[in-house]
Amino acid sequence: MGVLINLAYLVASVLFIFGLKGLSHPRTAVRGNLLGALGMLLAIVVTLLHRSIVSYQVIVAGLVVGGAIGAVMAVKVRMTAMPQMVALLNGFGGGASALVAGAALVEAVVLGQQPPVDFTVATVASGLIGGVTFWGSLVAFAKLEELIPGQPILFRGQHWLNLLLLIVALAMGAWLIDHPQQTQSYWVLLGLASGLGVLTTIPIGGADMPVVISLLNSYSGLAAAATGFVLSNNMLIIAGSLVGASGIILTSIMCRAMNRSLANVLFGGVGSVAAAAGPSADAVYAGKVKAATAEEVAMVLDGARRVVIVPGYGLAVSQAQHALQQLASLLESRGADVLYAIHPVAGRMPGHMNVLLAEADVPYEKLKDLDEANALFPETDVAIVIGANDVVNPLARMNSNSPIAGMPILDVDKAKTVVVIKRSLSPGFAGVPNPLFAADNTLMYFADGKKAINDLIQALKELS
Amino acid sequence: MDVLVSTITIFVLAIFVGFEVITKVPPILHTPLMSGSNAISGITIVGALISAGSQHTTLTTVLGFLAVVFATINVVGGFLVTHRMLEMFQRK
Repeated sequence: MGVLINLAYLVASVLFIFGLKGLSHPRTAVRGNLLGALGMLLAIVVTLLHRSIVSYQVIVAGLVVGGAIGAVMAVKVRMTAMPQMVALLNGFGGGASALVAGAALVEAVVLGQQPPVDFTVATVASGLIGGVTFWGSLVAFAKLEELIPGQPILFRGQHWLNLLLLIVALAMGAWLIDHPQQTQSYWVLLGLASGLGVLTTIPIGGADMPVVISLLNSYSGLAAAATGFVLSNNMLIIAGSLVGASGIILTSIMCRAMNRSLANVLFGGVGSVAAAAGPSADAVYAGKVKAATAEEVAMVLDGARRVVIVPGYGLAVSQAQHALQQLASLLESRGADVLYAIHPVAGRMPGHMNVLLAEADVPYEKLKDLDEANALFPETDVAIVIGANDVVNPLARMNSNSPIAGMPILDVDKAKTVVVIKRSLSPGFAGVPNPLFAADNTLMYFADGKKAINDLIQALKELS
Repeated sequence: MDVLVSTITIFVLAIFVGFEVITKVPPILHTPLMSGSNAISGITIVGALISAGSQHTTLTTVLGFLAVVFATINVVGGFLVTHRMLEMFQRK
């Protein structure tokens, strides 16, 4: 029986890999996700045949309660709230791994076994990572949901306190490895990890949450892998490593897109950028900014053959995706080719803006990533920037003193005409003025996103 | 010791497989990737089921029950919400 179960686990592991492979294209992605779910179902069913399971009541109760909560969350969640949902799921995954490792330790001791060192080391790792993941994710959730302020919560000596907590937690872990019979010290360790999870997440600002969620995603995988070492279960190790790798890749993509190092996100009094070097806003904008009305923008769009729309998170906040899609359809009916250029940090988590636009019925072929979009701009008649700022700032390409120097940006300034829909000339997160707004080929259309688009649709209809 | 070495081998190789597979996922699908991989990390449910079902002590049963609840939320919520998103990319 044991051999059969392990072979089934191997099949499940392979299904997970095929599942993730399916995500390499929107066409195969649904099937990929179903393959992953099938692998999970197979793993669960064969586990229920395990010889040490003597009663199913508790199991069924857990499955029913968890399944109901998970299903309701998945069906009810709004697409704009996806970062919160993923944060919670990360937390539950990490928490479950820490609990399983703890239960395995207690069982081993109760059964009178002398747990080997590799077992206890893995248990300590699972408890530490799982505890940090659970509480870090809850704090990230609370920040995103605005239950607590999104700004960094800083106090004096914070980093020293965190370091002290980490040292105490590691010392506790070392003691547990030496005295595995003292199972209560595992719960002390979990408490320390919980404190560490909360205290390391509260100083991170709301704008940096995409990085934090990606990192916690990776942790939840590593916690599962550590639990795999505790249970000597290869499937847990494989699945956990896959998720760990995925989270790390997304973390580095987000850091690069924000022009920050991971250390800077985690430790650097984030969101509070020092006074920027370079020209002041007055020097950049004075006398050069051209404001345009909806009618003037409509005339520019009239006859445009290729229009590229650059949406930022401001668009999602004002719920203007659907209006934007109507504008795009209208332009297409007038013969224009309309595409969307999506910067990696356009939403509040990796890939978020793509989901929001897909929800508004934008076909995926029209969603272009950074490199694809930058190849298009020189042959674009009109680029429409809406709710985005730093990610289209040409200073990133030129001024080496600027805090955004070297940040990958969308080269909208290379389009024939740029229309920027924005409420004012206020700076973005980087706190620097944007020379794009004063460029010769830029028209500023000052208005609230949703109203601006609706007025533009109206003006376009009146043209014909 | 041999068992430990072979598990570490599997761990390292799986990380490489992960990097190979994940780097091929386009940015457009990064949100479903996160929620979907999240669901996969709920695989820890396997350990939770055994703890909840083997009933060695009250403590381990309670821990197992909590772990089953957490992991099931992760698995069911993760796969379902990923499916919901991916279907939006398939329309038309």
